[in-house]
Amino acid sequence: MNYQFPDENGRFGQFGGKFVPETLMYALNELEISFQAAMTDNAFRLEYMKQLKEYSGRPTALTLAENVTKHFNGAKIYLKREDLNHTGAHKINNAIGQALLAKRMGKKKIIAETGAGQHGVAAATVAAKFGLECKVFMGEKDIERQALNVFRMKLLGAEVIAVSSGSKTLKDATNEAIRYWVTHVTDTFYLIGSVVGPHPYPQMVRDFQRVIGDEAKKQFEQFEGKLPDEIIACVGGGSNAMGIFYPFLDDAVSLIGVEAAGKGVETSLHAATLTKGSKGVIHGSLTYLLQTEDGQIIEPHSISAGLDYPGVGPEHAHLKDIGRVQYESVTDDEALEALQLLSRLEGIIPAIESAHALAHTFKRAQQLSSKQSILVCLSGRGDKDVHTLIDTIGGLTNG
Amino acid sequence: MASTRLETVITKKEHLFIPFIMAGDPSPELTIELALLMEEAGAHILELGVPYSDPLADGPVIQQAALRALEYKVNLEQVMSLVPMMRRRGLTIPVIIFTYYNPVLQLGEENVLALMKENEIDGILIPDLPFEESRHLSLRCDQEGLPLISLVAPTSEKRVEMIAKQAKGFLYCVSSLGVTGVRKEIDEGIFQFLEEVKKHSKVPVAVGFGISNSEQVAKLKPYCDGLIVGSALIKMIESKKTEMLDNKMREKALSEIKTFVYSLISS
Repeated sequence: MNYQFPDENGRFGQFGGKFVPETLMYALNELEISFQAAMTDNAFRLEYMKQLKEYSGRPTALTLAENVTKHFNGAKIYLKREDLNHTGAHKINNAIGQALLAKRMGKKKIIAETGAGQHGVAAATVAAKFGLECKVFMGEKDIERQALNVFRMKLLGAEVIAVSSGSKTLKDATNEAIRYWVTHVTDTFYLIGSVVGPHPYPQMVRDFQRVIGDEAKKQFEQFEGKLPDEIIACVGGGSNAMGIFYPFLDDAVSLIGVEAAGKGVETSLHAATLTKGSKGVIHGSLTYLLQTEDGQIIEPHSISAGLDYPGVGPEHAHLKDIGRVQYESVTDDEALEALQLLSRLEGIIPAIESAHALAHTFKRAQQLSSKQSILVCLSGRGDKDVHTLIDTIGGLTNG
Repeated sequence: MASTRLETVITKKEHLFIPFIMAGDPSPELTIELALLMEEAGAHILELGVPYSDPLADGPVIQQAALRALEYKVNLEQVMSLVPMMRRRGLTIPVIIFTYYNPVLQLGEENVLALMKENEIDGILIPDLPFEESRHLSLRCDQEGLPLISLVAPTSEKRVEMIAKQAKGFLYCVSSLGVTGVRKEIDEGIFQFLEEVKKHSKVPVAVGFGISNSEQVAKLKPYCDGLIVGSALIKMIESKKTEMLDNKMREKALSEIKTFVYSLISS
């Protein structure tokens, strides 16, 4: 592969790094060494692949969305079905990887932060499976809008810690998880859910998620005998997007990340970090983020708790700056419309996060020819979002 | 030269007392009053906090202080501009700015250094800028003769030597794992840790995080060259907030805070 990031300082170009209190530096260095050793250890890799296959149900399917393709009469639309994973989203891939790493490092306690709850559920799941004690930090506002996932985490034996500081969402859950980690760093493994945070997390999460892209590449070649023209994925922190993009970075394939435009990027209610943000440091990493001129972090908005994050993975910041990935944004309303269309035409209810990628895919499909094809990462299923959906588009008629 | 003020204090004083206050809490005007009060009570160096929306290294007490200060929309530049006002009112002790890295990055490292010189600020401390990320700023600080204060933690292990060797001004020693905040007990492991740090440090070793009362001060004093008190003081300031904002009750509230600071210094 020509693309070689991060460098030895944990930088993707100028982005990334380790902007954390000194107390955590030893733990990060220890993690970095353990992670590199694990990834070059065949036994570890085999165990990881075995768990993905036998526990999570990988490889996930690649589905040609025939009805939607026909509906738009443009490019062929393929869905990489991360919604078919155990626990319902791509988050489990990374959770399995990091839990195995925690065990290998002799850590018995894990903590995690969660927004939509999918990563919290994945962390609680692997904790149950591998015999680890688990605490999940979640903003009070997210606890309200993701009641189903909160219940699942508790059922799995995890302790859910309500975070009442700041905006009471993912940003603050992450702050609190880091603060807790600073205090319990000697015996606790912090299982970060996206390609964010200090080095080596962005690299580690990407490497555990690249299975999405590796599988998709093979499957797509079997279906079409070539690579897709475009790959589209939603970006909050950006782990499903990095997972599907990474194996294609050296290929002639257009890559498009889709952010949450909330009520619109022209308003103050959005989470479009790469589109509207500026360079800064958040949660231990130099990246793009939503902030004031003074450097105070701004609370984002999205109907999707999973995309409601003021920062973004530093590798995405780099890929934007070098022009390798194009970043677009989709509003709450556009995502909800796409969600309903996929549900009705394909019998698949996507997560609202994934619906952002779909909404942009539908726009693109109409602009491309029927000889071209788009691969979209369906990062998760929509069961967890039913409360939000009832509140926003409730009272559906069948007309 | 700003750094001379710090050097004089460090070489003259046997034991340093370094209070932390949050600029803008309970108001920018009262921050000036509080700074003067610290010097009157006997503080040797003032650590002046810049309010930040996402302070990773801080516990609830300082987080809340930052939120109260942010109601005044205080930014890094304005915090620095408070220092000449303190000086005009008679403040002579060195002032160290305590800020997270993002506000520094937004204002620009060069601008921050220029403003520090202009406002005669004696040093800067950035808790989320560890050794590896601080090279550029640290070099520039050295050129300007402005110390970038380094931190070491109980988990630093082999890093202690590396960090301590190049420390400027004083070395901030984090007393225990965790964020800032009042602790009931002092972790016994601290004494051995401090001995290790002192072995490598050419500058005074000041201990912070969790020190809240005279007994803890007395216990730690023989093992270090200075003590930093933040959360306990912020709590005290918070409890007197309403009185301080009231013209009639201000003097009494300030004198009570002064008594508390004095009791810590004379322990």
